Amino acid sequence: MTAPLPSRRGVLALGAAFGLSLQMLARPAAAAGRDQRKLVVVICRGGMDGLTLAPPVGDPDYAGLRGAIALGPEALKLDATFALNPALASVHALALAGQARIAPAIATPDRARSHFEAQDVLESGAAAVYGAPSGWLNRAVQTLGAQRKVAALSVGPTAPLLLRGPAPYASWSPGRVVDASARLPTLLQDLYKTDPLLGPALARGLATETMAQEAMTGIATPTTAAMGGEAAPRPQAQGREAARQLGQTLAGFMREAGGPNIAALSLDGFDTHANEGAAQGQLATRLGYLDAVLDGLHAGLGPDWKDTVVLVATEFGRTARVNGTGGTDHGTASTALLLGGGLKPGGIIGDWPTLKASALFENRDVAPTLDMRSLFKGVLAEQMGVARADLERAVFPGSAQAPPLTGLV
Amino acid sequence: MALANSDLNAALAVTRFGLGARPGEIAQAAQDPRGWLTAQIQPRGVASPDGVPPAGQRLAELRDYQMSVREMRQDRRQDGQAPATPPGPDAGAPPGRPERDPVTFARRLLREETGGDFMARLRLACATPDSFAERWALFFANHFTVSATKLATATVVGPFESEAIRPHVFGRFGDLLDAAESHPAMLLYLDQAQSIGPDSPLARRAAFAARKRSPGLNENLAREILELHTVGVNGGYSQADVTEFARALTGISLPGPREAQIAAQPVVFRPMAHEPGARTILGVRYGQEGRAQAQAVLRDLAAKPATARFVCGKIARHFVVDDPPPALTGRLEAAWTRSGGDLAQVAQALVTAPEAWSPQPAKFKTPYEFIVSCHRAVGAGPTGLDKVAPILTALGQRPFSAPSPKGWPEDAEAWAAPDAIVKRMQYAQAFAAVVARSRDPSAIAAEALGARLTPATATAVARAETRPEGLALLLMSPEFQRR
Repeated sequence: MTAPLPSRRGVLALGAAFGLSLQMLARPAAAAGRDQRKLVVVICRGGMDGLTLAPPVGDPDYAGLRGAIALGPEALKLDATFALNPALASVHALALAGQARIAPAIATPDRARSHFEAQDVLESGAAAVYGAPSGWLNRAVQTLGAQRKVAALSVGPTAPLLLRGPAPYASWSPGRVVDASARLPTLLQDLYKTDPLLGPALARGLATETMAQEAMTGIATPTTAAMGGEAAPRPQAQGREAARQLGQTLAGFMREAGGPNIAALSLDGFDTHANEGAAQGQLATRLGYLDAVLDGLHAGLGPDWKDTVVLVATEFGRTARVNGTGGTDHGTASTALLLGGGLKPGGIIGDWPTLKASALFENRDVAPTLDMRSLFKGVLAEQMGVARADLERAVFPGSAQAPPLTGLV
Repeated sequence: MALANSDLNAALAVTRFGLGARPGEIAQAAQDPRGWLTAQIQPRGVASPDGVPPAGQRLAELRDYQMSVREMRQDRRQDGQAPATPPGPDAGAPPGRPERDPVTFARRLLREETGGDFMARLRLACATPDSFAERWALFFANHFTVSATKLATATVVGPFESEAIRPHVFGRFGDLLDAAESHPAMLLYLDQAQSIGPDSPLARRAAFAARKRSPGLNENLAREILELHTVGVNGGYSQADVTEFARALTGISLPGPREAQIAAQPVVFRPMAHEPGARTILGVRYGQEGRAQAQAVLRDLAAKPATARFVCGKIARHFVVDDPPPALTGRLEAAWTRSGGDLAQVAQALVTAPEAWSPQPAKFKTPYEFIVSCHRAVGAGPTGLDKVAPILTALGQRPFSAPSPKGWPEDAEAWAAPDAIVKRMQYAQAFAAVVARSRDPSAIAAEALGARLTPATATAVARAETRPEGLALLLMSPEFQRR
């Protein structure tokens, strides 16, 4: 394989080593007269524990339910009830500036507590499992594409359902260099002329690579030191640095003329059945990576941050009680994050059902008070200008009982 | 054109059911393509890779490692130093740099053993003359996914496949299920090892001792057995069934350090940790005591029609097409039901199903299958982990590290992202540059694809400017990328 540039190899190797993957959805757009509004969707896979992401430390039942994994005064205060995990220092700083909000009791319409069903519903945007073969973000790109130039891109080795569908998308992940003038790509494009899968895929892959090379140029990358120069930092710090660079790289793409204005990115490893930890530990490490990605995006977008919204969601939350192995099992509602330079002021998004025994869903989970689709629809409408009729008909069919939230952006 | 048909079937047998043709293999199968496949269905199971030690040995090494980490932390605390934070599961020094920290060194040795197990499996896949049997074993290893995403499971993924999967894949599904769910690798991966009955004597004693964290149930294994290993997500179970099953499973665990010194078994049953009492799961009452309770549940799950339907559907999707015709899955289910879940009979039914021999290749190779078939095409084995792990990781199939208990995805869309096609192209280019200097790519193409080679690809390969370019075109051709 052609040797990748050291900076890219650094990003790739570290990213891969810590289970980070990145996806963006894309269609090349003309640079002229371009709409500046941007949307990034981050999916945290495995069922992220909302109660450790944004602990309701002021809820009288919280500490008792959570036992050894309850967070205390070390949590970063948001209001009288909620705080953020100390691993989310960058998100906290944004929240204090009115640029980040939490939705603490949000869920998809799925109640099966299966990762795979819940991720399907989360990404397809359908009312029930396997209700749509494409992703809602792809359908949003399709409807927007009918009105204006929309550009998006998939970064990551495999294509997530969120991005699959009728709107064509390219994909990219760090770590390679293609000599576009070489004969092989040309010969292969000829061989793939009539191949419905490989032909378009190769063409898009090659087109994206050209854009990627431009986007990567000029991004300062201190990874060579992080890769094992003298006094190599601890692995967790390396992971954070890699995550921050992924965020920054993505921001670099999005600031390119003709770069994507819709992107999706996913982080793995949130299935914390055992030894979950609290301010430190397994989940806090993952939250630290999430925080670093978001911080990288915020820093990298610079002046464009004011035109950007970032959504962070997971397929389901976890049990309100700590389980027998210092972790939590599959639950229902969790916490979503909404970030952006142009958010409207407001407290939590949706209602807090509290953790009273009588309020728990099926006597075990945080009860959902907000349908995930309401948040997605609200963001698509207010941030990206997707028409209400398109939202109901094409993007989230069968979601009448989940009206779009307003007053977000 | 009976002869042409047999040539095509030989190519399909070796490249679709098998893992790709080694030179001469399609010619060998041409005599009797179906017979070539059925001869590989052996009740003794499928050969294991060389040099993979028993799980017990790996777990002993892991315990030694964990004990030395604990001791080192204690020493540091006594010396008044900050306690060492153990590195994350994937930590490792960059290659070529000497380790000063003995814990990091020991961790790296464990990681290298996992790499060795993976290479042994890859070498077997590249060399075996029974590549249909190997694919069948890989299918069930993926059905019962144990992923190396945790250090503990990484050390036993290789032994898990050799001990729990390969010997049973042509036997009864119930026996395979029992072997997989009671292997230490699965108990570690799906957190069963720590799960304790909330009303068991052990939990009551711990509560009495007022420990900070009272031990209790972990329902991960119970849920995934139902959802992923047996009846499937539409199998009609509820949250209550999951919890009841988790209670029935309590007590099955791994030995602690002291227990391990007494008994050499890698799995123990602790009556003290077992939730007492009868359980009701999917409407059936299980009054058995101790370990027999969970075994009875597993036996019933293995015999459910929903299990036959779920597993046979997956077999059809893996071997033939992402969206299999009902006639095909019906044949497999009928064989399963007729034989009481005899997987040899199911394999026979697959091999004789006309739907499985469609000339149109419908399956897009996974990254692992692509790499294996590249090596088989040139009759070579992999040279080193450093040559294959980076490309597998870049294509989304990191060695032994499926992203979730669901295993690797099956559908073409998951693997054929634009980025992945470009990366495959680069790999094919680099692979061809190393092996093709002195070989005729047209001859390799004929041997590798037989009657499946299309005129367009044959022409492109023949017209290539250099031999490496010709081989790279073959490896990236639509028919080589599919099976």
